[in-house]
Amino acid sequence: MTKKFLMALLTIFVAMIVMFVVIQSMPGDPVDIMATDIMKRQNVQYEIAYERAKSILNYDPEMPMTQRFFNYVKGIVTGNLGTSMTYQRSVASVVGGALPWTLLVVSLSLFLSFAVGVLLGIYIAWKRSKILNAVLIGYQSIFGAIPNYVLGYLLVFLFSVVLGVLPARGAYSTEVTPGFNGPFIRDVLTHACLPVLTYFLTTVAGWIISMKANSLSVLGEDYITYAQVRGLSNRRILTTYLSKNALLPLVTSLAVSFGLLFGGSPLIENLFFYPGVGYYLNKAIAARDYPLMQGMFFIIITMVVLSSFVAEFLYKYLNPRLRDA
Amino acid sequence: MRKEQESTGVRSLHKTSGVKYFFSSIWKNKMSRVGLIILLVFLAMAVLGPLFLNQPKSDYLHRLQGPSAQHWLGTDYAGKDTLVQLILGAKDVLLVAFFAGVISITIACIVGIVSGLLGGKVDTILMVITNVVVTIPNFPLTMVLSMVISITNPFMFGLVLSIQSWAGLAKAIRSQVLIIKNKEFIEASRILGISNFNIIVNDVIPNIISYIAVNFISMMKEAIMAAVGLMYLGLVPFQGNHWGMMIQLALTVSGAMMGSSAIVYFLAPVVCIVLFQLGCYLFATGLDDALNPRLRN
Repeated sequence: MTKKFLMALLTIFVAMIVMFVVIQSMPGDPVDIMATDIMKRQNVQYEIAYERAKSILNYDPEMPMTQRFFNYVKGIVTGNLGTSMTYQRSVASVVGGALPWTLLVVSLSLFLSFAVGVLLGIYIAWKRSKILNAVLIGYQSIFGAIPNYVLGYLLVFLFSVVLGVLPARGAYSTEVTPGFNGPFIRDVLTHACLPVLTYFLTTVAGWIISMKANSLSVLGEDYITYAQVRGLSNRRILTTYLSKNALLPLVTSLAVSFGLLFGGSPLIENLFFYPGVGYYLNKAIAARDYPLMQGMFFIIITMVVLSSFVAEFLYKYLNPRLRDA
Repeated sequence: MRKEQESTGVRSLHKTSGVKYFFSSIWKNKMSRVGLIILLVFLAMAVLGPLFLNQPKSDYLHRLQGPSAQHWLGTDYAGKDTLVQLILGAKDVLLVAFFAGVISITIACIVGIVSGLLGGKVDTILMVITNVVVTIPNFPLTMVLSMVISITNPFMFGLVLSIQSWAGLAKAIRSQVLIIKNKEFIEASRILGISNFNIIVNDVIPNIISYIAVNFISMMKEAIMAAVGLMYLGLVPFQGNHWGMMIQLALTVSGAMMGSSAIVYFLAPVVCIVLFQLGCYLFATGLDDALNPRLRN
């Protein structure tokens, strides 16, 4: 396990170095982008604007690549991710502010679609319902094919523009005071509704299908037949024999889709103006805010590696057949 | 007879059945038949469209019109005909998806097969690289890359989209190769002194071809999703009539969500994308039967 953990750390490290190289080779220079902005707003000459931008951003484009790389690696190892150029705050605080929102939406939608998918999957397999199966295929053909952000737009159109029942943007409204109080929590949950619904509708069928397939293959096993012959109740077979064995392979997919949802967050969060990791990543890319970009990549990569690490651990823990190995 | 032939393992694909068998098998499966028809319609759009249609001209007097006899799907913010743009767009959508699929499948096959077959140090190094690439989140990476590599044509676009997507498939192909590596027919070929290259071409690839084909289709699906996503975020200033471009313009310039007739201009490319994805999905359901000799009876 320690070896696996070290391997995970190494993977994060190498991935971050790759990202450094890619990010540094992006065309466009943050000072230039800000200077153009200052030039337009304050009506000064480009050279003056450039100097001003340089001092505001505290970034020297002439610094050699090796020096920058050295600082960067030192930053990762010591946990200092630098200061964001656009927000003038430490990257860690921007990341810390964004991460809970993405975690909230991603884990809520993952939990919902997983729970519903598993229950329906077992049900369809157990009942061998032809009608439900046809409905499932029809549903997946449409919702598996529509990009989730397009579906998001349609949901906004339906629930916010036409019906006007759900908020379409932001994580909470300005009227409530953030904190652990009823109105705030209710407000946060109503704001999370549409993003969660978007994720849910596009992913739930996938869970149903894999759960159904697993259940069907478990139902063909001898121990199920034997349990039936022994006269065990259907309820007992369902809970202890079928669901446990069919669920197991899904644990790994759970981690994979957690990573996928996390990585796909730029699209959904951009659409709902949801202040999560993906939203700030978009902002950082647009402004060429290198430290912030690197910070956001760091947190996304870490989440992906961490979740697959946890999945592997859980899989071993939950599967008694692997426990001694 | 065929059973025996297969168990001895020294067997090439049944060349007599080939292309004709492939299509008749696809045709027999109802779902993949529908998929094939959908894909062929889009292919026809992509090939024939540019031959018969000219680039629509801007006509600001007739902008944002609803469907009419003259403009079946209405016009966009600049008065261009939506249907014409849609048909002309098919070519770029298909090309981008095709290149993305081909490039990532090629890399995945090379890495997966070489890694699985040779093993040892080569395997370790290739798998370390693959694992790192898998870890980097796909879409954010593509976002950054689409700015590093200036995307000017469908090939470059396909390259950017496939720069990461090969890794997961490479791992899967490697494990497939590891399974068949120790089968008797590979061993027989080795004993006969057949070169690694010939083993790969004649023994390994025919055994995983159905797997590759199914993945090729899903790569194309994903590539289209990602391409449209990048355009929707405005990261790819791709010239041409890509459906993703139409969606982006519909949302940013025409205010499609405000309940105007621009909703048609927004929905038209969306419906096409959904249909194309659906076609891919349905077509793929029959691919395994058509290409996997073991499933034939």
